[in-house]
Amino acid sequence: MEPPVIELAGVGKTFIASDRSSTEALSGIDLGIARHEFVALIGPSGCGKSTLLRLMAGLLPASAGSVRIYRQPVTEPRDEIGIVFQRPTLLPWMSVLDNVAFPVKLKTGRVDPATLARARELVGMVGLADFIDKRPDELSGGMQQRVGIARSLLHDPDILLMDEPFSALDALTRDEMSLELLRILRDTPKTVVFVTHSIPEALLLADRIVVMQARPGRVRDVIDVPFARPRSLDTLTDSRFNRMANEIREQVFTRRTES
Amino acid sequence: MHSLLAYAHRHAPLLTAVGLLVAWELACRLFAVPAYVFPAPSEIVRAAGTFTVPQLFGHFRSTVEVVIAGFIAAIAVSFPVAVMITHSPLLSRTLVPILVVIHSTPIVAVAPIIVVALGAGVLPRVVITCLITFFPLVISLVAGLRSTPAEILELSRSLRASRNRELWFIRMPFAVPYIFSALKVCITLAVIGAVVGEFVTAESGLGYLILFSTSMMKMPQSFVALAILVVLSLLLYQAIERVERRWFAWSLPRRDPA
Repeated sequence: MEPPVIELAGVGKTFIASDRSSTEALSGIDLGIARHEFVALIGPSGCGKSTLLRLMAGLLPASAGSVRIYRQPVTEPRDEIGIVFQRPTLLPWMSVLDNVAFPVKLKTGRVDPATLARARELVGMVGLADFIDKRPDELSGGMQQRVGIARSLLHDPDILLMDEPFSALDALTRDEMSLELLRILRDTPKTVVFVTHSIPEALLLADRIVVMQARPGRVRDVIDVPFARPRSLDTLTDSRFNRMANEIREQVFTRRTES
Repeated sequence: MHSLLAYAHRHAPLLTAVGLLVAWELACRLFAVPAYVFPAPSEIVRAAGTFTVPQLFGHFRSTVEVVIAGFIAAIAVSFPVAVMITHSPLLSRTLVPILVVIHSTPIVAVAPIIVVALGAGVLPRVVITCLITFFPLVISLVAGLRSTPAEILELSRSLRASRNRELWFIRMPFAVPYIFSALKVCITLAVIGAVVGEFVTAESGLGYLILFSTSMMKMPQSFVALAILVVLSLLLYQAIERVERRWFAWSLPRRDPA
């Protein structure tokens, strides 16, 4: 069997505030994520989902245990990783195209023609070809997040870390974006870690759902999602869908201190 | 009737100005206020005629020179200082107290000391202008550089971009709205600084002209200088606003939200 792409062993994270009080955000996390697997992290607010994502991204150091990607300890951000944030956070002075190409500009100081061609292709792939020269403030929230996704795909990362990417969108746009993401991943398979608050979203997208609990953040359960791929909105009508959603909801809500 | 109202509405600022001038003129005449106490607009216009154009332009030019030099010096000082404060908590803790002390010192009170220290040339006036101007610039710049969304900075870190590129490609552009609101405040402060400098030491300039005229009880002449100063402030303010609209339109709020 192939070794996991992302390996967390006994990972803990303690934040120390300026008044020297400490908060244990994560404790004893063990998790292995296989190649091209889609794992959703779900749990109440304050369970450390986003912190866990940042540990994998190399944006934060772990206080305990080890985070490994391709069997190498993560000490700093790595090139194989693309990140999508909760807010699209585009640069308001740049066009859609320039925003998508921005990571290369930031890294090398300029945008070469090959990158620009790749960015153009990605803008088309997320369905914004007609908006390629528009500024972010001329786009809807869903469109802005599509730009954010295209930007994260620029360097064709093997691993995609997504921090509640659709949580700021309305329900209809969310479903649309979920299907869009499934389509993109079918064409270009990636290992995905997806933080979400939405149980249906997790069920629709993920191969496995990691249910977390708060204070300190721990893994409460790992659930295999049985639905076959390719998935579509029909998956939502599967007889097992509601039953699983309720099971997970129960886990998220019981014994939870507060949200 | 309706069209008259619409006309009044469209030209409200102009009509207000004309109305105030007329009221001022009438009040001066009605109460027979002597020109050496408070001159009527007509007397100010007549006083303007007593100057030759090169005379007035000479005063205007020496004030403008100090305003522009002091303003540019303040920008040149405040940008690096603001960048240092945002980059390093240690520098922030060492520099900010010094800045606060400088800002808390009344510059008007220090002005004569600066003149003694730096001599009677243009330099002390430029320094005074710079001192009055740079503190609000630094504070706004720091606020602007810190206003960058956290996610963009995380993106930058995840790409291991250099701090230099992070500054020029991300932080500076995000600070642009802050920079311009600070520049607009500071350009008028720079005019105040130049006038304060001229009050202490100068042989020409609009501030000098006010001081000189009032000492000779020539009130209408001092009002001429005052009027030119007001126009100068307005023009400089407008110039900055034009630069903002012309080259940094993306930083302005959209007029027709989608």
